[in-house]
Amino acid sequence: MRRKYVRALSTTALAAVMVAAAGCQDTGGSTADSAKCGGKIAIFGAFTGDNAGLVIPSLNGAKLAVEQHNTAKPDCQVTLQEFDTQGAPDQATPIANQVAGDQSYLGVIGGHFSGESDATMLTYQAAGMAMVSPSATRIDLSQKGVKSFFRVVGHDGTQAAAVTAYLKRQNAQKVFVIDDGSAYGAGITAELGKLLGPLQVSTDKIQERQNQFDATVSKVKSASPDWIFYGGYTREAAPLVRQLRAANVTAKFIAPDGLYDTAFPEGASGGAEGAIVTCPCLPADKAGGTFAADYQKKYNIAPGSYGAEGYDAAKIFLDAFEAGKQTRADILEFVRTYDKQGTSKYIKFDANGDVDPTKVVIWAYQVKGNEIVPLEELKIS
Amino acid sequence: MNFDELFGHLGQHTVDGLAKGAIYALIALGYTLVYGVLRLINFAHSEVFVVGTFAVLGVWTAVGLENNPPVAQAALFLLLGLAAAALASGGTALVIERLAYRPLRRRNAPPLVFLITAIGLSLVIVEILGQLLPDTLGGTMTTLFGRPRQVVGMPTIIESKPLFTIAGTSITNVQFITLIAALVMMALLDWFINRTKYGRGVRAVAQNPETAALMGVNQDRVIMLIFVLGGVMAGAAALLWSMRTGITQNELGFVLGLKAFTAAVLGGIGNLRGALLGGLLLGVVEVYAATLYNSSWEDVVAFVVLVVVLMFRPTGLLGESLGRARA
Amino acid sequence: MIDKLREVDDRRRALLGGIGARWRALSRGQRFLAGAAMVVFAYYLPSFGKIPGTNLIIPGLVSLRTDYMDGGSNWSGVLFTCAIYVLVAIGLNVVVGLAGLLDLGYIGFFAIGAYSVALFGSLNSPVVHWLQQTFDLPSTWAVTWAICLPIAVALTMISGVLLGWPTLRLRGDYLAIVTLGFGEIIRIFARNMTEVTRGSQGINGIPGPEGAPSADNQYFGLIDPKWWYFLAITVVLLMVFAVWRLENSRVGRAWLAIREDEDAAAVMGVYGFKYKLWAFAIGAALGGLAGFLFASRYAFIDPTQFNVRLSILFVAMVVVGGSGNMVGVAFGAVLLAYLPERFRAIEDYRWLAFGVAMVLVMVLRPQGLIPSRRRARELEDRAKEAAASV
Repeated sequence: MRRKYVRALSTTALAAVMVAAAGCQDTGGSTADSAKCGGKIAIFGAFTGDNAGLVIPSLNGAKLAVEQHNTAKPDCQVTLQEFDTQGAPDQATPIANQVAGDQSYLGVIGGHFSGESDATMLTYQAAGMAMVSPSATRIDLSQKGVKSFFRVVGHDGTQAAAVTAYLKRQNAQKVFVIDDGSAYGAGITAELGKLLGPLQVSTDKIQERQNQFDATVSKVKSASPDWIFYGGYTREAAPLVRQLRAANVTAKFIAPDGLYDTAFPEGASGGAEGAIVTCPCLPADKAGGTFAADYQKKYNIAPGSYGAEGYDAAKIFLDAFEAGKQTRADILEFVRTYDKQGTSKYIKFDANGDVDPTKVVIWAYQVKGNEIVPLEELKIS
Repeated sequence: MNFDELFGHLGQHTVDGLAKGAIYALIALGYTLVYGVLRLINFAHSEVFVVGTFAVLGVWTAVGLENNPPVAQAALFLLLGLAAAALASGGTALVIERLAYRPLRRRNAPPLVFLITAIGLSLVIVEILGQLLPDTLGGTMTTLFGRPRQVVGMPTIIESKPLFTIAGTSITNVQFITLIAALVMMALLDWFINRTKYGRGVRAVAQNPETAALMGVNQDRVIMLIFVLGGVMAGAAALLWSMRTGITQNELGFVLGLKAFTAAVLGGIGNLRGALLGGLLLGVVEVYAATLYNSSWEDVVAFVVLVVVLMFRPTGLLGESLGRARA
Repeated sequence: MIDKLREVDDRRRALLGGIGARWRALSRGQRFLAGAAMVVFAYYLPSFGKIPGTNLIIPGLVSLRTDYMDGGSNWSGVLFTCAIYVLVAIGLNVVVGLAGLLDLGYIGFFAIGAYSVALFGSLNSPVVHWLQQTFDLPSTWAVTWAICLPIAVALTMISGVLLGWPTLRLRGDYLAIVTLGFGEIIRIFARNMTEVTRGSQGINGIPGPEGAPSADNQYFGLIDPKWWYFLAITVVLLMVFAVWRLENSRVGRAWLAIREDEDAAAVMGVYGFKYKLWAFAIGAALGGLAGFLFASRYAFIDPTQFNVRLSILFVAMVVVGGSGNMVGVAFGAVLLAYLPERFRAIEDYRWLAFGVAMVLVMVLRPQGLIPSRRRARELEDRAKEAAASV
């Protein structure tokens, strides 16, 4: 028995010696100074898991922007590091700790959901990093006094205002309002309720992952509205609109940009025909760039919701690198004063980090077949 | 609280609920059959159903179904879909039994182990349908699997139209077919279990496996049979589901499985007629709850009803026992 | 293939058995020393693979960390998650492993613990606003973190008793579905009661030991979560000790008796219901404690974090690790928290691999990876019975 302990002890000692010999300087963190341009940015969001479908377009957009940049400027290479959070605040937080603690990251794109953005914004602020979100729309995110949070997407208020503007112009009389109880859907619907006032005749709330909507259909039928508003995502919207149509509900269907995704008409198999989707994003031909075509070419699919926003968010950082910004503080300042036409909209941030409301352009789109085609530009005020 | 709406159209809501519950009932049969014989909860059964919906979608895509085909064609395609779904679901159930449950049974593992295995299996099937297949076949079969984890739409096979109206309650053709088909499948299963030679074997094993074995009943064959039967019922549910909702998705099974299992427990797990009663009741309760408040509360109401029923009738409404009910 | 795996697994088991035997052969003093060494190791973990006080790293070990790969998460952060899961596993083990009650809705207690500190401790919570208005308190007032702790534990214990009272009379499988429903109901309430919980918008600014999250906090700051891990591991060690004492007490033996044969236990004068309720309440309190730490650390919670999937994952931790054995369940918890983080490279296929692993472990080793000796013997008996009856 004793011999065994001695042997174990000597093995441990040997291992310790070897470790000490092999031990090398931990270099993690320091960036090479040779490159005067370029650097590293992080992007985080739900890239896997059930909600990935909503976020992947934005990730792809950002990747596309970085790739185009790196091809065009070989002497200014930018690295985009993906961090998958599955959309969960509790996974996003350790990632924020990691990114904030690693000085080689100069900026961050994200979060894609409001929850994960809320959970991490203080950490990124403490690290002095600019955080540009392509798709977190909760209103109060930008009103907490966090100075490093920006978003290239209009918040719930903007989009609710857009829907209201469209409905009023269409002379809507009775609007039936449905939401899915998610942070996005419930948030936007609450805003819409305030704006619509008496036009909102009745409401219903469904649940995430619901498939059968008999009760909702009955309620809609007995309210006989001329418009139905739905705040939420394609997952529930596709079967909902389909079952509404199957029950011969003819009221027109309108939804904000959560449904700005060809998955919506595809999933509804014809039920979505004629539905209106508002989106604070420019139609491909109006945007001026070749974004939509490039995206289609690279990923063999149209950029869905937030594809252009992801592209824009990355573009802001790329422009910062091109302008020779090399520290977190400089980049933060650059983002704060950014003022340029982007792909999805004109990008200039107000004091809260929201896109300047006067520069937001909102378009109404309509579902035709499996396409979502631009209809008209909406003026909010 | 919208009592006016509920009681104003009580008949309509009841019919809606029954149609919704018919699908729960068909899925619940799978839980109940397996539980009745093996006393274990086959949590992977919900995925058996999902495989069925994909099979329906696959067949309909293969034959090039368009929205609202003529009646004869629709009938043919429904039968084709039923065959495909029954085959796919039954096959999946059988594979689950052979690959995962049989080795565990050989060792007489405790129920908890079956449960965790089943959860692992569900995860595997969900991920294969949602990620592996779209990734590997995505290019050639986008219509079938769509983008990873995305909801996939199917063509409308029967346009929903009011079939007849009784006292202000209109029943649509889709609801009618759903209900009748579910009842027919139920009756067939009930006949099979209670009136045929094979059914007698199933009941014998359910009552007392050792004695049944002594009497020459091949236990493994009986167990395979019940898994296949449960799978076929799930396949029928998958067809009705595809007709009614027109969508499928890899993670569809989780919520539905939970509901169907609740239905089985509500009626008395292990009891075929209990599954039917539980399913229909759950569907109706859910629609009532969603009408009174809104859909986001229907799960709460469904579970509260379950707890209340279990408190007063601890083995469900009709009691347990697959064999004993008629023995 | 299966046979080969079995062979490997048998060798692993022999090794484990060897370790177990050797551990039991140690004298009290040696055991104490080994235990102390393990505790020291637990506190060393955040700098795992590094030599403290220097910049040196140990190349082989460092690759086990999650932050030495692209897209990896913060190592202390992952450790914190592991510690929380271990706490959950220990609590659930009291219910599932010791008392033998299948609880699929453990997430409900976790959520109640988390919401206790969020609702009473955060300045953004509607409950705090209401208290401020009703009692005319300043707008910076909220319940301190240290007082939220007993609130959380008390609330979860009460909810454990409330859930257990009507349902514990039900048989195992029914209990499973009812508890599952309970977990869902808590989540749905958190989501739908917007006036109380802010619904799906979530609550932020949840306090920690040093108050609301802020970059000025000395230990529990925003960037390095090391101290959160230290806090969590301390709680875990204390609770491991407490549950270990409980396991070897009168109550622990009563649980064992009930699990083995409830009727026999009743004959011997062990009143099953009372002890089951105790197991439920204690398990619930531990779950609530875990939820409390969880919410404090992340400073933000919303209802989507408390879904049934996580609840089922909790049960999987216990069963895969080895239900009934604290070392086993802790190992299961660490595995299930750590592996998905370490193997981010296979991102999209993480869950597929996870599912396959779960099935394999259960088919090959139904008693779990590190089973309790008593449970392993029970299972062997069952297997023998099965062999005899076929």
